[in-house]
Amino acid sequence: MDITSLFPFGWSHYLVGGLVIGLGVSLLFVFTGLVGGMSSVYSSTWSYLVKRPFFQQARFTQSRGWRLVYAAGLIVGALVWWLVFSDGTAQHTSVPAWQLGLGGFIAGYGARLGNGCTSGHGICGLSSLSLPSLGAVLTFMATAFLTANLFAWVQA
Amino acid sequence: MKAAHYLVILIAGALFGFGLSYSTMVRPEVVLGFLKFQDWGLMLVMGGAVAVTVLAYQFAPRLLRAPLLGGRFDTKAIPWNRDTAVGAALFGVGWGIAGVCPGPAIAGLGTGNWDLLWALGGTALGALVQGWRAKA
Repeated sequence: MDITSLFPFGWSHYLVGGLVIGLGVSLLFVFTGLVGGMSSVYSSTWSYLVKRPFFQQARFTQSRGWRLVYAAGLIVGALVWWLVFSDGTAQHTSVPAWQLGLGGFIAGYGARLGNGCTSGHGICGLSSLSLPSLGAVLTFMATAFLTANLFAWVQA
Repeated sequence: MKAAHYLVILIAGALFGFGLSYSTMVRPEVVLGFLKFQDWGLMLVMGGAVAVTVLAYQFAPRLLRAPLLGGRFDTKAIPWNRDTAVGAALFGVGWGIAGVCPGPAIAGLGTGNWDLLWALGGTALGALVQGWRAKA
């Protein structure tokens, strides 16, 4: 099998992007000791507004500040890419809004119930050599493959 | 936390967001293409990120007494239980529908992609409902 058929859009930007992501997560850990998964910010930010005991746990109220700064960093980094490396036109997606909203809702609920997403379990969990995270990654990969193909099949 | 902490956190986040954009992971079409076995790039993104991070996570606590700005190294221990399994399975379903996960839902806004506000809003609502139903 021809290896390039696995990467119809090329492969180097994937690898370079991944290495840069790893550099960011590593920098965070080496300097501050913090583990930088992304889904927690969604719960910790609600702690500013929602007074229910779940959201007022110390793990959210004590991390909400830095998690928001980390999230702001995400936007800054993407903005740098947009201004310097793209042609400067605003990006769009052909995925319909209802699909983005519904998928986002289920993914947000699931990531918080399962304590992690592609970055928390995927990048941070695997790098911690955590078996539960490996289990989570294999589980969400399996259901994501199934769902995406089922959706494509239904819509075809 | 001191100003230096927040500066490092901002830079770390920016590297993360730049990597997500450079690797086109902020585009739902690319992620859905991977999930439909049309393009294996996401394996390289994940593999590249883990290849670097595993070095930091495994060596830093052994070589350094403490993080460079002080404090201690977090150890994130997640148990394998019903919530983790069900949550991961649901997360995959949502990811497979939208092609967006929590990081790119935020980072994508930096590329001027306002469509992703739907995913960001959905994810935030999902996190709210999860916390509302959960016991503290």
